[in-house]
Amino acid sequence: MKTALISDLHANREALTAVLAHARAAGVDRFALLGDYVGYGSDPAWVVDQVRALQAAGATVVAGNHDLAVARGPSPTMNDDARAAIEWTRERLDAEQLRFLGELPLYVVRDDCLFVHANAFDPAGFAYVQGRLEAMRSLHATDCRYTFCGHMHEPMLYHLSGTGKAGDFRPQPGMPIPLLPNRQWLVIPGACGQPRDGNPAACYAVFDHEAGDLSFQRVPYDVDAAAAAIRHAEGLPPALGERLAQRLLLGR
Amino acid sequence: MTEAPAPITHPLQPGQVLDGFVLEERLHQGGMANLWKVHRETPLPGEDFPLIMKVPRIKGGEDPASIVGFEVEQMILPALKGPHVPRYVARGDWRRQAYIVMEHIQAESLRPLLDRAPLPLVKVVEIGIQVAHALTDLHHQHLVHLDIKPSNILRRPDGSVVLVDFGLSRHDFLPDLLEEEFALPMGTGPYMSPEQVQFVRNDPRSDLFALGVMLYHLATGERPFGQPTSVRQLRRRLYVEPIPPRALRPDLPPWFQEVVLHCLEVRAERRYQSATQLALDLQRPDAVPLTARAHRVQRSGLVRRFKRWFLALGAEPEAPASVGAQVSRSPVIMAAVDVQGASAGLLEALRDVVQRLLQTEPGARLACVGVMKTARIGMDELTDAQGRSHHVQQLIALKNWAHPMTHGLAMADGRLTFHVLEAPDAADALIEFAARTGVDHVVMGARGSSALRRYLGSVSTQVVTQCTCTVTVVREPPLPGTAATA
Repeated sequence: MKTALISDLHANREALTAVLAHARAAGVDRFALLGDYVGYGSDPAWVVDQVRALQAAGATVVAGNHDLAVARGPSPTMNDDARAAIEWTRERLDAEQLRFLGELPLYVVRDDCLFVHANAFDPAGFAYVQGRLEAMRSLHATDCRYTFCGHMHEPMLYHLSGTGKAGDFRPQPGMPIPLLPNRQWLVIPGACGQPRDGNPAACYAVFDHEAGDLSFQRVPYDVDAAAAAIRHAEGLPPALGERLAQRLLLGR
Repeated sequence: MTEAPAPITHPLQPGQVLDGFVLEERLHQGGMANLWKVHRETPLPGEDFPLIMKVPRIKGGEDPASIVGFEVEQMILPALKGPHVPRYVARGDWRRQAYIVMEHIQAESLRPLLDRAPLPLVKVVEIGIQVAHALTDLHHQHLVHLDIKPSNILRRPDGSVVLVDFGLSRHDFLPDLLEEEFALPMGTGPYMSPEQVQFVRNDPRSDLFALGVMLYHLATGERPFGQPTSVRQLRRRLYVEPIPPRALRPDLPPWFQEVVLHCLEVRAERRYQSATQLALDLQRPDAVPLTARAHRVQRSGLVRRFKRWFLALGAEPEAPASVGAQVSRSPVIMAAVDVQGASAGLLEALRDVVQRLLQTEPGARLACVGVMKTARIGMDELTDAQGRSHHVQQLIALKNWAHPMTHGLAMADGRLTFHVLEAPDAADALIEFAARTGVDHVVMGARGSSALRRYLGSVSTQVVTQCTCTVTVVREPPLPGTAATA
């Protein structure tokens, strides 16, 4: 059994298409989607439909802050770009799609794995796991051996030993890492639709449950097409479209 | 949530079956782990080698060092491959019974050799070459072993070696579970490099220091830094030099002392920059440039030692970004130069290319190689004396060729060597040299004149097709106007 962990899709049709094809070619038979399906990207309706189809086929799907914001309207803590993108997104989704986003669970627990968008200690507060301290706090807040979360857009791996020592690791794509079962692990696969570590290629990760191995992946996709689509998105302020396009092209 | 598997509490017994592996007999009882000979209940097609199971000895669950060390090995072994490591087969869940099943290497460790030291120099050098080759392989796989010592080196009957016990190792692409765990330096006291004492865990040059300690011990019968039992004693190696090997065993040649003390430099940047560079010197003693190290007869005096102690107090070692970074910036470059046959223009073009490579790779080592042709059959017409002088002439010409470059780059400390190979076939000799010494990049000239190439064949073509490393063929820039008519 292999699960593909995909997070922060952000309405990026081109990136999600490439990642799904890559995962299926790698023999993945389960999907876990870790939130933020919309916002920033040009094709929210198509991405939400894909997510619904995957869920219908058995995928684990949890809510991200952007999904809830789009379903309920923007929150005051969001920055201006996020707010404008969310308002634009709401106009592109039908009632059924909005209801789907609004009803997603904040977290799912299955087979010693916790799937959550931001962290385990306050799933609804969406605080970022920015370093060992927050990672430790999150790992202390769950009995699950494995936590899979998104929200942070850069791939990262944290672990907590039986003696309470936490470590962090910046992973190398394609390298299987044994997640040994006598410690707890927190996996951030990185953003599929909005990478921010200077590399525009889409991120995701594969967890092989039998072998206990995790491999982070980096999938190059047609960034130019995704950037052009958001640049020419109807109804989006041109300056914002340009900023979002640049982010995709540079991976920042 | 899944239930944790029930732990196995009773001691393992012969005949017991664990996850499909049948325990045959206990081969070894060590301080940290036991080794069991095992086989699969149902043999796996293609798995045609004997197996052992390594089982950690955990004392009452309060021994974090051995637990984390075993986790590290469970994590790292599957990532390694090739002839210098045992093949990984399976690992056991800690919540039930931790173990690693791997290929059973049927070879003795080098540990018994320590009791027979001092050993004959040829034997020490042969071991040094083999271990350096194994380290080259592992360092290229982004691994630094960090516990190189005779008991962790198994020697096959053909002389090749296999490195075992990766409990302290560090892999660039895997999390370092040991990094945060302990407040004491990790390693084996007599072999630990100065930077390991200072908590640097990703420098492949640490393994070269440990190999230097081993070569010193095997050649002299003494440990260069004794057997420290405290961190304070460990830190002494930051400022107290070992007694030069030749002071203990005067019949050792100066070149050997040069090589060993080069490995044992306190600062990693003054050591050999890669295992390949060390292997090259061990294989070509006549080409080892002798520095002050070769001639030292006693360790430095109290004043110098005090100065070094003082400097070591607050010093932080400069660590590389990763094992891979250190390996890739310390290549061995071989310049194959036909000093007598090539035109001045080609020689200059060749030197320009080599110089450019050296400037981009500050840790690079350059071997300048010439070939002196010998007769294929029978005695050479040259008398011995004439042959000798031919050899020396070639060497002088090679050094003269390299001089403008080395002068500008200050190629200090054995990073530049000169070799004249005597062989009937230049291409064969160059290819063999590159393979045996682990050269990363060959730079050579193309034979300029097409008439010569037609009659003699192209040496560079043969080298390009048969060398396993990167080969750059340099051409003499055409004179203006000739390109169009050529």
